[in-house]
Amino acid sequence: MDDASFKPSRRLFLASGMAASGALVVGFGFDAVAANEGATRLGDYVAIAPDGTVTIRAKNPEIGQGIKTMLPMLIAEEMDVAWEQVRIETAPADEKRFGAQFAGGSMSTPMNYEPMRRVGAATRAVLVEAAAAALKKPVNELTVEAGVVHHKATGASIGYRKLVSAAAKLKLPDPASVTLKPDSAFTIIGKSKGGYDSPAIVAGKPIFGIDVVVPGMKYAVFVKPPVYGAKLKSANIDVIKALKGITHVFTLQGSGDFHSLQDGVAIVADKWWYARAARDQLEVVWDDAVGAPHDSATYAAKAKELAKTKGASVASNGDADAALSKATKKIEAWFETPFLAHVPMEPQNCTAKVTADGVEIWAPTQAPAWGRPHVAKALGIAEDKITIHMIRCGGGFGRRLENDYMVEAAAIAQKAGVPVKLIWTREDDVAYDYFRPGNYHRFEAAIDGGKITAYKARAVTFARDGKVAQGAGIGPHDFVPLISENYALEQHLIETLIPTGYLRAPSSNALGFVHECFLDEIAGALNKDPFTLRQEIVEAAIASPRPVKDGERGASYQPKRLKAVLETLRTRSGWDAAKSGNGIGYGVATYFSHRGYFAEVAKVKVDDDGNWKVLKVWVVGDVGRTIINPTGAANQVEGSVMDGIGEMMSEITFDKGRAVQSNFQDIPMIRMSQAPHIDLHFELSDNGPTGLGEPALPPVIPAVCNAIFAATGVRVRKLPLLPETLSKAART
Amino acid sequence: MITLTVNGKAHRLDVPEDMPLLWALRDELELPGTKFGCGVAQCGACTVHVDGVAVRSCATPVGSLEAGAKITTIEAIGATAQGKALQKAWLEVDVMQCGYCQAGQIMSAAALLQATPKPIDDDIDAAMEGNLCRCATYKRIREAIKSAAGMALTDTREA
Ligand code: FES
Ligand code: FES
Repeated sequence: MDDASFKPSRRLFLASGMAASGALVVGFGFDAVAANEGATRLGDYVAIAPDGTVTIRAKNPEIGQGIKTMLPMLIAEEMDVAWEQVRIETAPADEKRFGAQFAGGSMSTPMNYEPMRRVGAATRAVLVEAAAAALKKPVNELTVEAGVVHHKATGASIGYRKLVSAAAKLKLPDPASVTLKPDSAFTIIGKSKGGYDSPAIVAGKPIFGIDVVVPGMKYAVFVKPPVYGAKLKSANIDVIKALKGITHVFTLQGSGDFHSLQDGVAIVADKWWYARAARDQLEVVWDDAVGAPHDSATYAAKAKELAKTKGASVASNGDADAALSKATKKIEAWFETPFLAHVPMEPQNCTAKVTADGVEIWAPTQAPAWGRPHVAKALGIAEDKITIHMIRCGGGFGRRLENDYMVEAAAIAQKAGVPVKLIWTREDDVAYDYFRPGNYHRFEAAIDGGKITAYKARAVTFARDGKVAQGAGIGPHDFVPLISENYALEQHLIETLIPTGYLRAPSSNALGFVHECFLDEIAGALNKDPFTLRQEIVEAAIASPRPVKDGERGASYQPKRLKAVLETLRTRSGWDAAKSGNGIGYGVATYFSHRGYFAEVAKVKVDDDGNWKVLKVWVVGDVGRTIINPTGAANQVEGSVMDGIGEMMSEITFDKGRAVQSNFQDIPMIRMSQAPHIDLHFELSDNGPTGLGEPALPPVIPAVCNAIFAATGVRVRKLPLLPETLSKAART
Repeated sequence: MITLTVNGKAHRLDVPEDMPLLWALRDELELPGTKFGCGVAQCGACTVHVDGVAVRSCATPVGSLEAGAKITTIEAIGATAQGKALQKAWLEVDVMQCGYCQAGQIMSAAALLQATPKPIDDDIDAAMEGNLCRCATYKRIREAIKSAAGMALTDTREA
């Protein structure tokens, strides 16, 4: 998602003028705790109960990024209520009322920071107006604290809970017209608030998609071909039907739509285990010949061939080839990054109920609105007859931007004629992923007179139906234009059958690695401290800002913010005193993505067998002037850093179109003993707050790889990072 | 018929012997706090206690349990001193991101504290290595375990 696509809606998500008095805000089906009887609604976001409880709706899906806690903090802040009074409920999926409702691109913060505060301020305004009438005092003499309106001069006061029915009859002001608090008056924003659902989580309460129970529901597995696009030829359906606990077995036909239904066999049972166990007896024949050419080895060979020739130009300036041909020193390198699986901790699942009135769906999804049209099409039901409840997701990482499992649950429920909870196995989750695509890069740089006179990067990535595949975009890269005045970025594409998609910090999670590692190689060729080189590049960018084309990725890049980040990092990490060698190494990297400016130093240890461990990571980031929820913000950064390190450990390879790896035994993930120490600092700058789900991830991978070089003398140009490539014997 | 004693209550279930304990808990006994993550004993999301020992319920067929085995799940761990302290510490440290792995983490941590009331970092690594957290809340899990054990939160591992 580039900057061009980021236009905060002018619509301020508040049904101005509408004040449905006495309406209940009730939670959905299984969430009995959510019932808040007797509360009065003020607009779409707030309801206040007679006991003073303030229910605030969180409009976006919760995937572990803390949005369910953070968005209501913004409303509560401007309403002047105490956090202890607040009850949070997830909003219905209804973009007409709530605007964009998705978890992606670290966009929830920049898109909602001001609008949600305006919702709170407008709600406060009607309550204060009601108080003015009740207390017979002018509005401008009233103050609010913890949901109680005070007239300081006379000591008179009245609580929101007593004002809400009168306020509900008033017209909510246009949110655009209300005045917001100065930052100095914040009492909630900037103060750590624990996750709202956390007490339920530690008690094992049912709050995830996989926990949804609908009366009368059955459980399903859906067996799809292991090769995307393969066709179902036959299946021993009658045998499966006769097995214990099985209620329905049938086939569904794929729509040919990459985001929607594929051919498959649905097994529906009284309980999930029966469906899962019956699946072991399923004999299904696929016509999977389409997969034959799609092998990891074939892709790698093809990429090497393609990289010998000029690719399509993505960005260029000056004449990189001319500078390269006359350079006194040239360096080049070949980098490879693998396909990766998302594997959120909660396997894909969804519950659906189809009746004559329409479809009701309980979905752990990052983007309910993107699933709705696919459900409508697959079921032949109008979109406005589809109700989607957004259920807390056990992780997302970009996987749940796709809603294939939602369409499957709905289609199975429709055909079975009963409500169905579909649960994928972990093996399904891996086999049917929309993988982070791998890519290949050939780099060349020219060095003349102590300067980088050319920088050339030729990427080979993947295409689907002739177009750059999801998650396979390469830029224009934000930093390349800053490194040398002669640069060229080219791209070749390999058509792939493998479904690809967006993985946390899409593109940047791979581009950060390759560019920032090659930059360290350049620093080596220049005989320059890699930290200093980065600072010089940023200084040069400040001195002569590059022209930015409208809508270009990174158009909002401000080098002076990165400069401050780098200066702080240099001090905090003790870079100048850090001593690499003898299996210990320090490395630095930086990256700008998702509006966040991050730079990181990693310290690693590598033993003689090549086993590597990240001991510590220093992180400095600038995401604006306000850290809305400090504990949540730090949690996101810690998670991103460790997730990045985890990405260096695994890969998905393909054999005739099917993923070779299937579950955590062959997809190693970062575990407790591998988690590094983290030193985190936010550099506050006078800019609006931006999101934290992603930008701390891209720099950690190259920082670690550069540290590995410092420790071992081995340049890391290929992931995953295997010990045998770093062992004493492998070092030369 | 299989008899299971879960959280102090005996239940008789008409389920096949090879049904994993995980699915008996989730779907038969309506105790969905125990989570499904991998089904092959690789992630720890499904951790419960059998006679005080942390086991992966996804890989424990109900038929393999000794008669009279006492099963404890996340729903009841708060009734033990360690479990209660851990739940409190988990909230104080604000461990959770998505939270999906955390029932399993708390169950593994509770078994650790029952065996080793004052764990050092190596003990924590060993006891918690089988519990994946895809959101990578490991730093906070480590702190919360120490907090529940009444220890200093400092990470003493090499930095
Ligand atoms: S679900 Fe049992 S260990 Fe993963
Ligand atoms: S908190 Fe998400 S998997 Fe652990």
